[in-house]
This record gives sequence, structure tokens and C-alpha cells, in this order.
Amino acid sequence: MNMQFRDLPEQAPSVQAKTAIADCDIHPARATATELYPFLAKRWHEHLETYDRHQYQGMMDGPPYPKAQPNASRRDAYPPEGGPQGSSLSFMQQQHLDPNNVVLGVLNPLATGQGLRNHELAAAICSAINDWQIEKWTSKDSRLKGSIVVANEDGPTAAAEIRKRAGDKNFVQVLLLSRTVEPLGQRRYWPIYQAAEEVGLPVGVHAFGFGGNPITASGWPSFYMEEMVGHSQCQQAVLASLVLEGVLERHPTLKMIMIEAGFGWAPSLSWRLDKNWRRLRSEVPHVKRLPSEYIRDHIYWTTQPMEDPERRDHLFDVIDWVGWDKLLFATDYPHWDFDEPSRVLPPGVSDANREAFYLNNAKKLYGLA
Amino acid sequence: MTRHVIAPVDELPPGTRKFLNLDGRPIAIFNIKGEFFGLLNRCPHQGAALCEGALIGLAQSSDPGEIEYTRLGEIIRCPWHGWEFDIRTGQSYCDPKRFRTRAYAVNVEPGASVVKGPYVAETIKVSVESDYVVVDL
Amino acid sequence: MTSPIAGGVDCDLHPAVPHLTSLLPYLNDYWRDQVTTRGMTDLVSQSYPANSPISARPDWRPAKGKPGASLADMQAQALAPFGVSYGICNPLFGVQMVFSEDMADAFCRALNDWLVKEWLDKDERLRGSIVIPVQSIEKSVAEIERCAQDQRFVQVLMLVMGDMPLGKRAYWPIYAAAERLGLPVGIHAGSSYHNPPTSVGWGSYHIEDYVAQAQAFQTQLTSLIAEGVFARHPNLKMVMLESGFTWLPSYLWRLHKFWRGIRMETPWVDRAPLEIVRSNIRFSLQPIDAPDDPAALNRLFDHMQSDELLLFSTDYPHWQFDGDAALPEGMSPELVRKIMIDNPYATYGRLKEKAKA
Repeated sequence: MNMQFRDLPEQAPSVQAKTAIADCDIHPARATATELYPFLAKRWHEHLETYDRHQYQGMMDGPPYPKAQPNASRRDAYPPEGGPQGSSLSFMQQQHLDPNNVVLGVLNPLATGQGLRNHELAAAICSAINDWQIEKWTSKDSRLKGSIVVANEDGPTAAAEIRKRAGDKNFVQVLLLSRTVEPLGQRRYWPIYQAAEEVGLPVGVHAFGFGGNPITASGWPSFYMEEMVGHSQCQQAVLASLVLEGVLERHPTLKMIMIEAGFGWAPSLSWRLDKNWRRLRSEVPHVKRLPSEYIRDHIYWTTQPMEDPERRDHLFDVIDWVGWDKLLFATDYPHWDFDEPSRVLPPGVSDANREAFYLNNAKKLYGLA
Repeated sequence: MTRHVIAPVDELPPGTRKFLNLDGRPIAIFNIKGEFFGLLNRCPHQGAALCEGALIGLAQSSDPGEIEYTRLGEIIRCPWHGWEFDIRTGQSYCDPKRFRTRAYAVNVEPGASVVKGPYVAETIKVSVESDYVVVDL
Repeated sequence: MTSPIAGGVDCDLHPAVPHLTSLLPYLNDYWRDQVTTRGMTDLVSQSYPANSPISARPDWRPAKGKPGASLADMQAQALAPFGVSYGICNPLFGVQMVFSEDMADAFCRALNDWLVKEWLDKDERLRGSIVIPVQSIEKSVAEIERCAQDQRFVQVLMLVMGDMPLGKRAYWPIYAAAERLGLPVGIHAGSSYHNPPTSVGWGSYHIEDYVAQAQAFQTQLTSLIAEGVFARHPNLKMVMLESGFTWLPSYLWRLHKFWRGIRMETPWVDRAPLEIVRSNIRFSLQPIDAPDDPAALNRLFDHMQSDELLLFSTDYPHWQFDGDAALPEGMSPELVRKIMIDNPYATYGRLKEKAKA
């Protein structure tokens, strides 16, 4: 509901009895610049007010690829009390969690300390974000679960933050972004996977971030559209790195989730990895099995943005190849490319697969079955 | 077809829009530079409240880098995925063959010939010199 | 095994420059002396380390010298077994890696002249791609115009991982020249290494770089479509070489979905991306990144919704298949004919013309 335009009192949407769903990609936001201050040491308040944040891209306010909608969010998601989209728990409940019968909502905070060039500041903000998730969200609505955000470029510090939160039922995963200083399989990030496996948490890799590398292998593209489509290629590079650096070999119980980059690319990438591993495996002796086996055993995908071919039999082919047990439904609320739950799956899906897609896979993965 | 009286014309000045529910259908009425348009407030894509979107012009190009920008304020972008719809016809600007949102004819009736309806019963100061905005549903 | 049909075209062959010194006869005095006095040795790209299994199939690897350096071997191992009428040579000598545009230009000219003398002149079936010094648009256009006078050059060659996304307008004079001269532009796997070879930085391994080629083709296709290259040059064809193609359908679904919502950013894209690909983009057959089960590949062909996209290739001497199994199992003779004959001739206009030296 957008208060700019609405002059009638808000009409309650007709609430039908809807299937319970898990939403594995919700983006909570801060309502004000100072909302994080209670969780941040005082020295950082002044620091932020003087120097603000320095990312691996030049703009201090807003992204270099302007979004499709303000705050990359639905225009009808501004809370009535003010603040940006996603910053009000009550409005999130009213507009999304309640009417869509979300029984499990996984929070993936963005615009955190991740991707800041000042690694000390990064660590402080990440820890504050984690405290904020509990205080503002997960302690107030038991459907919501948080993600442990970590200063990923500093492996030991990130690992310490994970271990600090071990056993805390407010969190169901560790969160990373896909565009980091080096591909995510590389050894500077290994302490993160070590700690996550140790404390029994999966690691989600969410599209976006800036790591200082051009976002294609041939330099910087011109358009936001290219960036959006490009998250698929970034995620493929991340997954290839995780496999080929042996992260999945060394951590047999670690689960990882590819978030907000689609899943249609996965079969072709798996086949390409397999084919080349058969040829070139002597270069990477630590990769002991077929890449597709590692992917099969360790990797999940959130569904948004949902693959949208003209023909549903084509969609079903791809999901058959990926695995009906590997998909985790997500809406990406409140972002503009939000997937409306009732519209994403065409007819012709068995009840078991539908329930797996919308809820059971997530409950099982996050230990909430 | 039922005629619904909505509001006096001056309550819907140019650049504004009004949301209402008629027979259970969510509708919005727009005044664009003095002309009135009505749209079903439901995007044919995934059901978003289409009429809460931003109004922009139509961007066309016959050569990359050159943009012809016309019809300012007559294209509505769905607040979710940003699909563009022509306010006049409901025509969308991607996959024109496949998607169109339903447009409702909106007429301006002179004050003297207004038919009594629920709006009038709710009492708002009405002047017989004012024109009424009326919707045919 | 699916049998080939004689009379086709192999759209991706890699004759090898034995050593940088092989180009000395084709350099002017200044560049010849630069090479020798500065101790320049060779231009071997990391994309294809000489002894990597990808670089040569074991039975195509000669006892001495670089794979692909011998014409006799290419004739016996690639041209004859598939009964092709034409073979298109795409030299992968690493000229794109140097940073000086003048040096790159000198090497490109020498390479193109070398190709004529050592390959095109010696086997009537062979055709060539013009390698261009992409860091200088002017020099690239000049080299295209120079080489195009020889009708045996049928294509312009660029790498998929270069200095800028390929759709960027700065490159458009190259595309204008190619379109004007009726030459497709071939985009081949490989990198100049002027940027990290993945979208998320430098990987550690050769296998990682090689797998990453497919993603580079994806982002380049987005660039070419989003920037409107084919709106400006509707008759230009581009051929994705050694790109893989099984990623194409799901990639197009995603591009289409976002284009619809952000159309206003690129209003010159006035056709659906799938239509643009069908009319202007082609893919060489190798490598086929698919499981062994032919059923999956048949489903993928259905997803592609077109039988005009693939062009036969062996990718000789790279190791993409064993024996003579270049064509996937269970392919109908009609489709074999399209891939080996119809699609290549429809793409490479110069193949129909009588070759002139």
C-alpha cells in the first residue's frame, strides 16, 4: 500500500485459506540511519557520520547501476508509518507474512558490513546487524529466522562471529554475498565454511555485493538489466569455485544455498563441470568426485527469480534435473522482482513436489521439520 | 452496465488518482492533464496493485542511444516488476500481444444529469455547476 | 554413433603457430628486430596451456611440436573423417594479450598473412577468420578491410573475454565493417586476460578458467542484445565458437523476464531476446555440455525451439569428443544435415562464392 496515492482507508485483502509456505529470502531494512546505533560501539557512530561507508565501488549513496524501482523494492511496500520498504515488522506481517501464510521466513539483510573496505568497521556492523535481527525481528515474530552476517573478507573474524552465535535458535544460516574480492571457494574464506560446518549451519550465498572486480569477465557492462541477468553468471562462477577449490570435498556435511540467482543454469553448469573434470582432474586432485555429485549432495537453490519459460514442460524438465528436493521457495520481499507465491508454479505438479517446493525442503534444510 | 458516480471533478485534479472498490473489483481513476482514465487495479502478470505504480512517458528508440520520449505521464509502471501499460488502452509495452490490463471507460457527466447512487448518499458538498466523474462498470 | 553427412563445414579448426619466430617473415624490419632483440618467445594463452588435455586429444597430439601445427595431421584427423567441403580456421595464437595496440596490430597482420601462406594456399577446403587488434578500433577496421579482399577470409574473429563487453558502442565500427563486407563476427572462447576471467575475480585453476568460458558467452550475449547491436546492424551474424550451448534456453528465459520489466532502460531492444538470437546468433557444436543420456539433449533441443542455431565443428585439435563421435547419439539425419550443411552455408555467405586468392 502506498500512502502517496491512497486516499481511502486501507482495505483488508480477502484472506483465503492459503497453503503454508516458507519464504527463504526476505530483506529486512533499517527504518533510520541510526537504528543500528544501540548495537554499535560509540566510536563507530562518529566514524560513520564523518566517513560513512566505503565499498568496493565508488558511489557513497545508491548503486552505480540504478535500480528498476526506488530501493530496488515494490512501490506498494512503503510502510504507513514511514521508512523504506521492509523496515516495519508490523507492515511486513500485514502485507506479506499473514496474507501469504508464511510460516517460516528467512531474513537476509543487505547493505550490511559486508563488502566494506574498512574491515574493522565491516566486522562491527555485521555483528550489530546480527543483534538487530534478534531485537527487531526474530524475537518479535517466531516465524522469522535470521542469517548470521559476517565480515567475509576477514576469515578468522568471520569465523569468530559464527562461533559466537552457535546454538542461537534465532539464526538458521550464515549469509555471504556472491560478488566478493576473490571467488568464494578460495582459501581466505575457508575459515567461514569450517566454522559453519562445525556449528551445524548452512551457508547461503546471495546475489549482489561488490568485490572490486568487473562484473563480467570482459569488463563492466552498461545497464542495470545486464547486472540483473548477470547474477546468474556470478553464481555459476561462485559454485564452480566452491567445487574446484575442494570446499565441498573437505566439508562433507556442509550445505549451501544459492540465493536469488535462479536455478535454471545449474544443470548445464553441472554437465560442463563434469565433462571438464573428467579431462582435467589431474590439475585438481583434491576434487575427488564428479562435480555434479558434490552439487547434488550439498547445494540448494531459492526459487526467486523463478524461471519463466513459455512452456511448463520445459520448466518441469529443468526442475527434474535440478531435483524437486533442492528448491526452496522465496519471494524476495519487498524487492520489485518479487515472486507472488500463488503464481509461480504452473499446474501439473504433484502434491508431494508442491509441498516440498513451498515448505518441506526448507523445514528439513533449516532443521525445523 | 451500471453507472457509478465517483466524485466531483475538482476532487480529482490533474495528476491525481483515486482508488476504490466497485462490485468487489479494485479500480483506480486517474486525471491526466484533464482527461480521466480508469484501470482495474490488478496487474495481469502476478496480480500486483498496478495502479500504485509510477506514471512515466513512453520511451522508444529507432537507434541505440537515441531516445524519443513522448506521452509523458500516460504510461504506468507496475509497482512490482515495472511492466509498462498505456493508461489509455491498457496496452502493455512488452509482449504487446500477450498482456493487456482491462481499461474501463470513464466519462465526465454534466452536473445536472447525475444519477443518484451510493456516492451521493454519503453526502459530500455538491455543486450543481460541478461536473461529476462517473464510471461505467 | 551418428554418422556425418559429406559436404558440410567444420566451423572451428585451430591451426597452430609453431613459435613466434614463425611470424618473423611476415613482420616488418622494426617488429622483427623488436621480437628478437627483446627476447620475445611465444604468445601462448593461459586459456590453452600447451600440454593441457583440453588443448589436444591424445591421438591428435604430435610427438613433437604444437598440436594443430601440421596441415597433414589436420587433413587426416579432422577434414577427411567428416568429409567436409570447407574448414574454417580460427587461430588462437595469443596476440590479444599484449597491451600495446601497435604491437598487437603488427602481430595480427603477420598472423593473418601467415594463415594465408601456410594454410589457405595449401588446401582448397580451408577458409580463414581475420584476427583483429581489438584495442584499436581503427586498426581493427583497417585489418578487416585489408584481409576481406581475399575471399577466403569468411569471418572476423574476437575473443569472448576482452577489454570491454562486446556490445559497447566503441566496438561498433568493427561490426559495421563486418556487416558491410558480409562477414559474420566469430566470438571464440579465450581471454586476453586484461580482466579477471570470471565475474567474481581470478580463479585458481585452468579448469576453472575453461569452465568460466560459458559464463562469459552469457554475459556477452546480454551485452550484444541489450546494447542494440542487432538493432543497428540487423544483417550482422555472430557465431559463438567453442561456447557450449546447453546453457542457452534457461539463459534466454531469464533475459526475457528482466527485459520485460526494465524495457525502458534499453528501448531500442524492440524484439524479444529469443527472436534476436534466432535471427542473428549461431553456436558451434563443440563442446556439447550434456549428460551421456541422449534423452536430456533431445529435451534441450526442444527447449531451444529452433534447429537453425547450431553449426558443425570438431574444435580440432581440442579434446571434446573421442573417435569420430562429433555428433551426439540419436540425432536424426535431417538435423545432421541442418547442422553440417544448411546452417553453416546460411551463416557464412562467402562459402557459396568461388574462392579467389
